[in-house]
Amino acid sequence: MEKTGAKKIQDFLINYGVIMIMFILVIYTGITHTNFLTWNNANNILLNMSGRLVIALGIAGCVITAGCDLSAGRIIGLGGCIAGTLLQKIDYSGKFYPDMKPWNIFVALLVVMLICAACGAISGFFIAFLSVPPFIATLAMMEIVYGANLIYTNATPLGGYTAEYTAVSSGRFLGINYQIWIAIIVAAITWFIFNMTRHGKYMYAIGGNPQAAEVAGVPVKTTMIIIYAKAAAMYGLAGFMMGARAGGASVNLGLGYEMEAIAACTIGGVSVTGGRGKVSSAIIGVAVFELMKAALQFLGVDANAQWIAIGVIIFIAISLDIRKYVVRK
Amino acid sequence: MAEYKLELKGISKSFPGVKALDNVQLSIRPGTVHALMGENGAGKSTLMKCLFGIYKMDTGEILLDGEKVNINNPDEAMKHGIAMVHQELQPIPARTVAENLYLGRFPMKGFGPFKWIDHKKMYTDTRHWLDEVGMDFNEKALLGSLSIGQMQSVEIAKAVSQEAKVVILDEPTSSLSDNEVETLFRIMNDLRDKGVAMIYISHKMDEIKRIADDITIMRDGTYVGTWPAAEISMDEIITKMVGRELTNVYPQKNHKIEDEVVLEVKGVSSIHERSFQDVSFKLRKGEILGFGGLVGAQRTELMEGIFGIRGKSAGEIYVHGKKVETKNPKAAMKAGIGLITEDRRGNGIFGCLSIKDNVGISVYNKFLNAGFILNHKAINKVVDESIEKLRIKTPSPKELIQNLSGGNQQKVIVSRWLANDPDILIMDEPTRGIDVGAKHEIYEIMEDLAEQGKSIIMISSEMAELIGMSDRICVMCNGKLTGEIDAREEMTQENIMQFATQF
Repeated sequence: MEKTGAKKIQDFLINYGVIMIMFILVIYTGITHTNFLTWNNANNILLNMSGRLVIALGIAGCVITAGCDLSAGRIIGLGGCIAGTLLQKIDYSGKFYPDMKPWNIFVALLVVMLICAACGAISGFFIAFLSVPPFIATLAMMEIVYGANLIYTNATPLGGYTAEYTAVSSGRFLGINYQIWIAIIVAAITWFIFNMTRHGKYMYAIGGNPQAAEVAGVPVKTTMIIIYAKAAAMYGLAGFMMGARAGGASVNLGLGYEMEAIAACTIGGVSVTGGRGKVSSAIIGVAVFELMKAALQFLGVDANAQWIAIGVIIFIAISLDIRKYVVRK
Repeated sequence: MAEYKLELKGISKSFPGVKALDNVQLSIRPGTVHALMGENGAGKSTLMKCLFGIYKMDTGEILLDGEKVNINNPDEAMKHGIAMVHQELQPIPARTVAENLYLGRFPMKGFGPFKWIDHKKMYTDTRHWLDEVGMDFNEKALLGSLSIGQMQSVEIAKAVSQEAKVVILDEPTSSLSDNEVETLFRIMNDLRDKGVAMIYISHKMDEIKRIADDITIMRDGTYVGTWPAAEISMDEIITKMVGRELTNVYPQKNHKIEDEVVLEVKGVSSIHERSFQDVSFKLRKGEILGFGGLVGAQRTELMEGIFGIRGKSAGEIYVHGKKVETKNPKAAMKAGIGLITEDRRGNGIFGCLSIKDNVGISVYNKFLNAGFILNHKAINKVVDESIEKLRIKTPSPKELIQNLSGGNQQKVIVSRWLANDPDILIMDEPTRGIDVGAKHEIYEIMEDLAEQGKSIIMISSEMAELIGMSDRICVMCNGKLTGEIDAREEMTQENIMQFATQF
């Protein structure tokens, strides 16, 4: 059947509507505010994107299996705080472990990611083996992680990081911040896992049809645990990155980021009904959010009103996204 | 008063490519139970759906008390006093009996425009209707806490409360215990005394003989005839139900059955009492073993039990003489068993994934570089070969499987298992819902596999296919293996039906 011109335009709008709105906004802001389209500002937006992208790529795995992860934000906080306690300057007055030498930064990162992965693995265990819905299992983990972090840090904010740690954000290689490099590397690894490994194919299969996956001999349960553990390790990494950027961390680091990450994934084309979604989806979604935030800021929109803008974008984006599947029936 | 409460005349209904009903008639006398019989796919349920307004018939008319009526949807059917107790009940288990009974027509009270639900009246009325059908459970009980039989009586109470004059019961006893069947029959007898006409669809001969006044038989979407139940024997019913020629063409049988037993199933029972019980059989190398029986005979459940999708409480499975524990599909696959499931959409295809991903999913372990990187080149080759060999009609291997026709989807699933290369392939209704050409191709693949020395178990509800393809036929009824037919000349529809309706 030949598609008519009008139908083609409609399809195009459904597929790329949100991205087009974003472009119009960016171009408009660029024309009216000359310092918006500058290298400095672009770098800033990329820096903002990098942490968010790592979170979104982690959560994308959960969403592709028709799940979600509400514990992401709190795990980011935990990761940021653990990294903070291990990487404070030896002469900092408010040091968490007063007599401890700052750890090797790579060892610290590894420990952070392992602890966070363990949290994710526990959520994954309850989801896979005890059939707790992902929404509830990760909600429970969210509460547990927050409590654990409060107890661990005594609810005191952390600061006085070593130069080595803050350099994770400020240091550059080929003129691009390390933090952005990290995001690029994580995106590349995630692409590899999604497309070039059995695990990735199993993930799509479980999201597409869990019963059929079971029948086809897919190890559904272990795959689910790996997905949630892997995602949590990435939240830990994001917490580590965000702590370095801010030069400090508190238990509230990452609060609410899970929602934005889920929204970003969906805007970019990860289907909440499962089975669909790419690495590029997460990148597009995160870019839409961060560009929009920056543009609105330049346009002088009240910071509080930006929340409303985010909500409106989610409404529009998901209504459009769902159209792709509704018409198929 | 008209002689018949309900008359259906000259009903025809076509679906794309299939004529489901062809000039069918049905006449129901008031105060009788009218059994509607026929093989799977004879068109009984389609006819009832036309009557109930779920399907729109192409031609034909419905007469109620001798007057022509138009029924466009279930709501209108109920307004005309026609009620249906569904094959699969669709109540709301998390709400009370009373709420289910009055859903969509809650009694209201209040003043002026302010109205709210009159719970007291709803509960008293529900009590009344439950008493009417002789049920003593609490009207405030959650529906989900009742047994299936009790839920069914709620459905019947609902029909009675709507003062239905015609009640359709579509295989109501398929999941009932003996006691519950007795209760159902008591309610039906009461309703008959009150002048209600009932259409009763069932495969169970003994029940038909007990409860039915008249019997109408359908075959392949056509009307065979109507007889008073007392004047027709079970054998006659069976002959009239199956009496048709074999029309499909089956490939020449060239495969050789060897003596080696590749699969032996010993005393396998389900964890559920009403599912398969104490089933034993053997499958030899190069053999195509057919499994016959009616819907609900638990054949699918048995095969899914063997494959590790469903739980087993007893029994042993031997593959090549070695005992295997098939506690999940992965273990079964490791033992060399494959399963093409009956419910292609439900647990066969991954609709939103490509043909390539659908074929590859079970065989990724065989295509790895450096132990963990997928060898896409090798996978692509296998997929391309499958598309060519099985003549899958698709523009590209990247096409989403949901965009293919049923027959082509089935070929993709078959490709998945061919790539996996199991010694034993279980095919559950392998040709259901696919066109004749694709059917023939599936038969050729089966013959091909048997010639290569693979063994196949085929569940089929199509008699002709079962007889045409099988080297040997096992017949199940109500979860038990009731018969085994070895000799070709004994593979008749009558013989199979005899075993299939044993209980």
